[in-house]
Amino acid sequence: MIDALVASLGEVFSASHLVYMGLGVMIGLLVGIIPGLGGIAGMALLLPFLYGMEPGLALGMLMGMVAVIPTGDTFTSVLMGIPGSSASQATVMDGFPLAKKGQAARALASAFLSSLCGGVIGAIVLTGFILVARPLVLAFSSAELFVLTLLGLAMVAVLSGDSLFKGMAACGLGLLAGAIGTAPATGEFRLNLGVEYLFDGIPLIVVGLAIFALPEIVDLLIRRGSIAREQTSLGHGWRQGIRDVVDNRGLVAKCAGMGSLIGTIPGLAGSVVDWLTYAFASKTAKGEKHFGQGDIRGVIAPESANNACACGAMVPTLLFGVPGSGTAAIFLGGLLLLGLEPGVSMITTHLDLTYTIIWSLALANILGAALCLMLARPVAQLTRIPFVLLAPVITTLILFAAFQATRSLGDWYTLVAVGAIGLLFKQAGWSRPAFLIGFVLAPGAETYFYQSVQFHGMAAFLRPGVIIILALIALAFAFPLIKRLVLRRQPPLAVGADVNRQTADTPAPTFGKIDLVLVVGMLALAAGAWYDVSGMSMIGGIFPMLAIAIMAVGALLAGAQAWKGQATWVSQPIGQPLVWLGGLLALIVVASLLGFISTAVLMTLGFIRFVARARWSAALLVAIGIGAFLLGMQALLNLHYPMGWLDAMLF
Amino acid sequence: MHAKPKLSRMPCRRWWIACALALLPLFAEADDAQPTPDTLTWTVPFGVGGGTDVWARFMSHWMAQSLPSHPAIVIDNVPGGGSITGTNLFYTRAQPNGEEMLVTSASTQFPAMLKDPRVRFDYAKWTPIIAAPTGGVVYVQPRFGQETGEILANLREEPTKFAMQTPTGLEMPVMLAFDMLGLAVEPVFGMRSRGEGRLAFERGEAGVDFQTTSAYFSSVAPLVESGQAVPLFSLGVMNEEGVIVRDPAFPDLPTFSELYLAQPGASRDDVAYEVFHKFFASGYALQKLLLVPRQVDAKLLAGYRAGAKALTTNADFLAAARQQVGPYEPVVGEVAARQLASAMELSDARRQWVVDWLKDRYGVRVVTR
Repeated sequence: MIDALVASLGEVFSASHLVYMGLGVMIGLLVGIIPGLGGIAGMALLLPFLYGMEPGLALGMLMGMVAVIPTGDTFTSVLMGIPGSSASQATVMDGFPLAKKGQAARALASAFLSSLCGGVIGAIVLTGFILVARPLVLAFSSAELFVLTLLGLAMVAVLSGDSLFKGMAACGLGLLAGAIGTAPATGEFRLNLGVEYLFDGIPLIVVGLAIFALPEIVDLLIRRGSIAREQTSLGHGWRQGIRDVVDNRGLVAKCAGMGSLIGTIPGLAGSVVDWLTYAFASKTAKGEKHFGQGDIRGVIAPESANNACACGAMVPTLLFGVPGSGTAAIFLGGLLLLGLEPGVSMITTHLDLTYTIIWSLALANILGAALCLMLARPVAQLTRIPFVLLAPVITTLILFAAFQATRSLGDWYTLVAVGAIGLLFKQAGWSRPAFLIGFVLAPGAETYFYQSVQFHGMAAFLRPGVIIILALIALAFAFPLIKRLVLRRQPPLAVGADVNRQTADTPAPTFGKIDLVLVVGMLALAAGAWYDVSGMSMIGGIFPMLAIAIMAVGALLAGAQAWKGQATWVSQPIGQPLVWLGGLLALIVVASLLGFISTAVLMTLGFIRFVARARWSAALLVAIGIGAFLLGMQALLNLHYPMGWLDAMLF
Repeated sequence: MHAKPKLSRMPCRRWWIACALALLPLFAEADDAQPTPDTLTWTVPFGVGGGTDVWARFMSHWMAQSLPSHPAIVIDNVPGGGSITGTNLFYTRAQPNGEEMLVTSASTQFPAMLKDPRVRFDYAKWTPIIAAPTGGVVYVQPRFGQETGEILANLREEPTKFAMQTPTGLEMPVMLAFDMLGLAVEPVFGMRSRGEGRLAFERGEAGVDFQTTSAYFSSVAPLVESGQAVPLFSLGVMNEEGVIVRDPAFPDLPTFSELYLAQPGASRDDVAYEVFHKFFASGYALQKLLLVPRQVDAKLLAGYRAGAKALTTNADFLAAARQQVGPYEPVVGEVAARQLASAMELSDARRQWVVDWLKDRYGVRVVTR
């Protein structure tokens, strides 16, 4: 092992290896920063050069790219509230509020430094762990994976904000949205309304954009001004961000450790790990907490976890040829193309290559995060620009990202439809993460439950691993209760501040006309969806029925709470946001008729000139920039956009 | 803004082709080797990094070398619907100008044979340039025994599980094989790859499993060596007469066909065996296909096929291909076209037989057009 370690270190630090890895890092950052691209686009850029390359160098290049993708996407998550990939969804929760407070530089600096630490810790854990990981990966059967998805769903209770019932309903809606498509157990189609686009289910990236980014844009447009409400010194924020990570080094280490271990479990992927660590941070954090309103620990936790998770995901990829995440799946393709077959040989005859992979991962993390740290301060300036100037650019970016999901106009219409839900949720204070978690975990929860019952029968729930994880869930729920009991015993003076915060954290439930619309809409949806799945076979229909029940019960309880007068009635304005959403819908229709590129250019020109009232020259400059970006991406990555008649003529 | 997406050149290009076609009779003799285009676009209806994508990228490297003009080959991944989405798109949009090709796999062929309602494409409108066969092996937990007869007897007695992806996916012929041998093997669906199925086997959840040749060598052979798995049968390979014979990669392992035909009363004319044979042919004997629209210029097509033919005698290519897909010779040109046509044609009665079998035996409802 030591021989292999030393040999691989020599390889990693050789000049040619560093050059190729640097190239991979550059490409990874480029495609990571642009939302919606991620590893697949990066791979498309690298793959043509890969075949026939010397494996060590090719691996360096590949690892350089793979490692920094969860780093680059932090920019849009923090600055614009756009989750660039599934790994950075939890970062949006507190990163964007921080940007709105004028602390974008701080959030970015913290995020990148945590990414760096997370990546390095992940690589260190991996170095030893990969040798003994085989039995652990095999210990996770479908039953353990099922209860892990339950653990993820339990996070909803933590993240559902002021009303647990609304959180429950939101989660049920997410589960139902995640059940659209095909029943994993029988291959039956369900809930697709006969629309071919829905046969495959809704793509995660579209849901992420719709539920987080769209409502924020609309909000900013209505509010006017820039993203950063308060002007603070960027340089100060940058140093503060570094200091925050140092102050929270325990949290970084814990989250990185969790990330690297959860990453090794195939099938769970990086999409839960950021929420798990986020919930962990918000539960265990001491002192004053503002999670959801811009708490730096809400950025540090998921960011240290997701790069570590990318390291952990190498374990099942290398040992079993079963990718632990989307990026790892692409990496696996690269390995096969290089003629390297994953399997036990990766820790016996090819151990040196495995260590080359791991240490390239660590080095690339350092390189990528350092580059981003340098960029953080200048890029954070973006949050000071009046938002009306940015809005067309961000809208174009969102449409661009959404369309890369399946390259179908359905992506855009889904964006608007789910965006409407996101908008209503945001205005009425329903938990958007609860919806997203339900959506992300729906396929896993259903498949693993069905598989564990098929494989083990009811004995599935008596396995030791299952009982341990169930105990953890119980603990997560009992924790606040125990804490409250302990607090009550102490003299009230000492915890006075804490008790105040507790009550501020859980204000009295509110209810308004949007809540009413949501509750009624959900009940109607429940009835319609029930009708749709009622004709299915038992094992194909049971899961959506469960989702419907969760949603309907949650909605009913939220409604009942208001009915009984336990909730305070509040006014919830919605007219203006809906007008903007209607504008987006109109834009989509125009874009599908004229073509995306010309519409984006014209829209930018018109918006900046007439809505933002900037000079023609400025409007023209931005519009040309947008056109150049779209055309450049198309040429570079062989992308496709909706091609209307104007685009067909011009480009 | 000088970037030039494909479609913009289309009218212009079409005009040139029209001119070329009009002038063709004049140049008929001089135009023996029509120049191949500078850029070929291969639509791969699967995601980046998957088995078919890796094969396509591997083949694009060698095909580009083998064609006289050394064209640049662009891989365009259009995943979705288990490859149906991208294939539909290619079917409706691709021009028969010889620049656009399609790469498909068993999971594209099977829905077409079963007339999945989502399928809008028709294999009869395409013709293959090269096809890659693969084989596969079924292996079992050692507790079922070491000898073929003993294992079969135990598998008939003791119910066990087989981890599958979908009821109509790549493993369907294998499940049919289990049923035809009378084994008490029950499928568990919802695996996202064959690799996940193998994990379920290694965890002991599944009693039997199946892997294609290359995956078998890299991931199962070590298990066999350490006594954690016992190979039971191979699916075999199809010879030029369309008969399934022993797999050159596993000469000592009986094929499923041998085991089935050894049963009293079983014959090659049984409906079940004919169905198995059809799906074996389209899913394994011609697993990965490189296709072009049939109306493509005949000389261009001949050029492509000559390029593919040259690969079958290229020692470097064969050595590399052996590592990628196993020791199977690629099928090219007319032979591939003939085999594909015969494999894809499934009579309505046979299709109904499959639908009924899935429904009665496993309670799986398959919708056909």
